Amino acid sequence: MALDQETRTQLLETLDRFVKERLIPAERAMAETGEMNQGILSEMRELGLYGISIPEEYGGLGLCLADEVEIAMCIGQAAPAFRSAFGTNVGIGSQAILIDGTDEQRRKYLPRLASGELVGSFCLTEASSGSDAGSLKTTATKDGNHYILNGTKRYITNAPTAGLFTVMARTDKTTTDGRGVSAFLVEADTPGVSVGKPEKKMGQQGAPVADVIFENCRIPAENLIGGKENVGFKTAMKVLDKGRIHISAVCTGLAERILRDAVTYAKEREQFGEPIANFQLIQAMIADSETEIYAAKCMIRDVAKAKDRGENTKRRASCTKLFASEAVGRIADRAVQILGGAGYISEYGIEQLYRDARLFRIYEGTSQIQQLIIAKDVISSY
Amino acid sequence: MKIMVPVKRVVDYNVKVRVKSDNTGVELANVKMSMNPFDEIAVEEAIRLKEAGKAEEIVVVSVGPKLAQETIRTGLAMGADRGILVEHDGETEPLAVAKTLKAIVTEENPDIVLLGKQAIDGDNNQTGQMLAQLLGWPQGTFASEVAPEDGSLSVTREIDGGLETVKLNLPAVVTTDLRLNEPRYASLPNIMKAKRKPIDMKTPADYGVDMGTRLTVLKVEEPPQREAGIMVESVEDLVSKLKEKGVI
Repeated sequence: MALDQETRTQLLETLDRFVKERLIPAERAMAETGEMNQGILSEMRELGLYGISIPEEYGGLGLCLADEVEIAMCIGQAAPAFRSAFGTNVGIGSQAILIDGTDEQRRKYLPRLASGELVGSFCLTEASSGSDAGSLKTTATKDGNHYILNGTKRYITNAPTAGLFTVMARTDKTTTDGRGVSAFLVEADTPGVSVGKPEKKMGQQGAPVADVIFENCRIPAENLIGGKENVGFKTAMKVLDKGRIHISAVCTGLAERILRDAVTYAKEREQFGEPIANFQLIQAMIADSETEIYAAKCMIRDVAKAKDRGENTKRRASCTKLFASEAVGRIADRAVQILGGAGYISEYGIEQLYRDARLFRIYEGTSQIQQLIIAKDVISSY
Repeated sequence: MKIMVPVKRVVDYNVKVRVKSDNTGVELANVKMSMNPFDEIAVEEAIRLKEAGKAEEIVVVSVGPKLAQETIRTGLAMGADRGILVEHDGETEPLAVAKTLKAIVTEENPDIVLLGKQAIDGDNNQTGQMLAQLLGWPQGTFASEVAPEDGSLSVTREIDGGLETVKLNLPAVVTTDLRLNEPRYASLPNIMKAKRKPIDMKTPADYGVDMGTRLTVLKVEEPPQREAGIMVESVEDLVSKLKEKGVI
């Protein structure tokens, strides 16, 4: 559903206030301790952020993607770990059920995902399958009315807090690519599921990432998403296609924040008797950053609307994710440069955001994978 | 119990206010507007009373331009039940607003009128007091705690040098101070639902109130620039500097 202008403005203004009054002031403590503030988590649940993409009939807000990306750009202004806390419920942790799940699966899980009572998490990557996701080795073996899962998933966002995993596992063992993969719903308290120690990461402290291990984990056959075997990889790709647009908006929100911080600094910092913002070499960096933010926003809004119209957005989603994630990397780098020595000192906060931004070029499809998707699609169209 | 909460649309508290170049007022063009923060505290307190089962209905009222609907909508999104907008584009002076509110009170018969102690635009701190006088109701101003008792209201007031607790017979007017509560963020589902809550559109003429101004603004100016201070080494230095300046 698309919001009317007044409601959308009110919603974004409320979130903007929440970002400025609650999230940004809590960034430092989170970066230092690696712990997400529980009070903020419950505020985010009460605000309804976990359910923005889930339809109203399942207790969510049922926003269209054009509205969702505006919210993502707004929340993206704070340290990305905050968005990540509810991000899996909005994206990869709920969309497989929504896109390809059965009615029963939707009714069973979506309301609790929408309220945030249940955290959803997406298990695709493994130690030996990252960009080549289709080669995954986790297996699911049919045993009467059950499947038995075995394997280890790697770098799984929100694994330590998740109550529900969407797990890609191989059902057709004669295959070695995506064609033999199925998608399953696995509740975290199922015997045979264990979660590894949270990884120490370069940035995004507070957003936990860990291994998820399945050891003779028996799950009921009705937890096969959509009730169909060997279509799970397609489901995963559909989920990621939408997720890429959302992530692009998060990148661009963060880029705006970083530029704002850098410009604020440049207007205050004086050298040669005047604010460094007066110097053209600084201005060039500001102008290039703003131009890239504007371009990314145009791409995001365009592709989100196309997706809402039901168009195939595979190529455009990859173009947008490639551009927006690379752009926030460049903008963060320029911001460090504008702050100079202060940019390298943690007290000023920019170096943290610089490290946080680095992940965007890697997850939900690396820049190189986006390039391959785009090129393959373009070449095949001529 | 029914609570009426008057709210005012003002320049957002984060905005750095600028004086118009002709010194007739402050710049309002393209400036972010939002609910007066003290009124937001009043809305929050009303909702808490409702959540505690002490109140049944909350009516949010505003006197101001058509866009003040957004301000009312904010109150509805936080949890109020319905709104009344008395549309008026010109100046809204405290007495005219108090008279309008009195007329609404006569129609609505609330048990409590709960409003901000002042609006952050003019900082007049008059509307609540004037309304209480016009109605002949008891008033508890600068409330930092509000506790309903049987047929009365215990209000803890922030006064110079401490706190004062007064007991008011209902109906009564209460104005809120900063420390009464911390207003909630309207949740996204409630913002969407607020769209469906009713707002009655009225005019001052509906209430027979003359909104004509009684005050004349002569000039609005920026506060004087603060000059840099100096650091002194010791108490003796301080005393001699003060003597030098002829202050002591």
